[in-house]
Amino acid sequence: MTEVRNELKYLDSHEWARREEDGRIVVGISDHAQDALGDVVFVELPEVGRVVSAREEVAVVESVKAASDIYAPISGTISAINERLVDEPELVNESPYDDAWFFVIEPSDVAEMDALLSADDYSALCDASDH
Amino acid sequence: MGNHFMTLRHTPLIDCHRQDGAKLVDFSGWEMPIHYGSQIEEHHQVRQNVGLFDVSHMTVVDVAGTDAEAYLSRLLSNNVTKVPVGKAVYSAMLNHDGGILDDLIVYRLATGCRLVVNCATREKDLEWMRLQAASFEVSIETPEDYVILAVQGPNSLKVLRQVLVGAESQLAAKLKPFECFVSGSRLIARTGYTGESGFECIVDAADGIELWQSLRRAGAAPIGLGARDTLRLEAGMNLYGQDMDEETCPSAANLSWTVALDDRAFIGRAGLSDHPRRDARQIGVKLIGRGVLRSGYPLVEGDEVVGVMTSGAFSPTLECGIGLARIDKEVASLAVEIRGKRQPVEVMTLPFVPRGQFASS
Repeated sequence: MTEVRNELKYLDSHEWARREEDGRIVVGISDHAQDALGDVVFVELPEVGRVVSAREEVAVVESVKAASDIYAPISGTISAINERLVDEPELVNESPYDDAWFFVIEPSDVAEMDALLSADDYSALCDASDH
Repeated sequence: MGNHFMTLRHTPLIDCHRQDGAKLVDFSGWEMPIHYGSQIEEHHQVRQNVGLFDVSHMTVVDVAGTDAEAYLSRLLSNNVTKVPVGKAVYSAMLNHDGGILDDLIVYRLATGCRLVVNCATREKDLEWMRLQAASFEVSIETPEDYVILAVQGPNSLKVLRQVLVGAESQLAAKLKPFECFVSGSRLIARTGYTGESGFECIVDAADGIELWQSLRRAGAAPIGLGARDTLRLEAGMNLYGQDMDEETCPSAANLSWTVALDDRAFIGRAGLSDHPRRDARQIGVKLIGRGVLRSGYPLVEGDEVVGVMTSGAFSPTLECGIGLARIDKEVASLAVEIRGKRQPVEVMTLPFVPRGQFASS
């Protein structure tokens, strides 16, 4: 079984989003997503300063199997990217919720967070896709 | 949605895969292991030591009868009549236009010829083979309940000899590449799809389960179909349906060596000289810089599209993107277009990874 963290919000396309104390949103992909992808070998990150809309494709993760788009869970401006993933893409498999965050968004409308899935709803979605 | 309600087929080894924690996927209607944890580790295991594959989803076709040789001589681009009993040959099966219907291995046995064709092409192949057999005295049979095991890697002979006894062990040790022998209901051949030294064993289902388990105990790690794909790609081998298909003639897929242009009137021969893809050529390419090559990416020279990636992957051995491509003209410098962005590629001689180069012992 893959891990779903209670304190996070999720997109049905398997990104997680975490609201920091300063109001910024950290984004990564779920344990379920990394497990489905298999060994991750390449990550393409957005440029810092790029303005993105919720549901826009902003990054790419490639495993030995396939390439997958990573969507912005929320609108705003990219304020940081995790350049460690460029040299160590395997972190996505090893530590999807901690070391392998992809990017940080400075949100333009934090209320969009309410539209994301709760951990329970996301767990149910993963269970359904496993059967 | 279409596949959702279809029952997937299983090989006799499905319980072995589940015990080994396989991640199972739908592979042309078969539920097969894609990996058992890490595709990259499995890839290295085969290059450096020894791995065990279940490839029982592939189709075995036995051709026998008075006209078996004459029939296969007409059916296949390579000449099986030149192949002695106890040897195998790789061949294409062409349509009348010279397009590749499938690629296959023919094992020449005392009792006739055993063909192994692809799984996705099973029905199409059998229909074609039966149609072409009309004027020949041949039987075309598809056995049921068999297991095909591939034991591949520099230590493949070592583990195989640990589980074979007596004469089988002696015979296996003497096999040269593309040689085979039959022992009871077992066919053991020195063939494979990884670019490493290795063996393939076609055996009865119950025997196959026992053989799988004893090879596992002898130290052969289970390897999924994911690593099988990166291994064959590093070895510069084609995958049917990607690098070649009915629209592709052998010369456009680096397979001219499988076409014996002797005095035979084999099917497809007449179409080869004016096949639409007769001037296309297959090349191996390596991505310069980070990233992964994928099937379908266009290759460009300047602003002109000059080819297409037919297979692509991340090479675990070379740690970069590699792939096979079909190009329509000779070019000086090539770039690949990945998600709208251009990135240079280098043309490589095949295979990308020569046999045994990365063996640890």
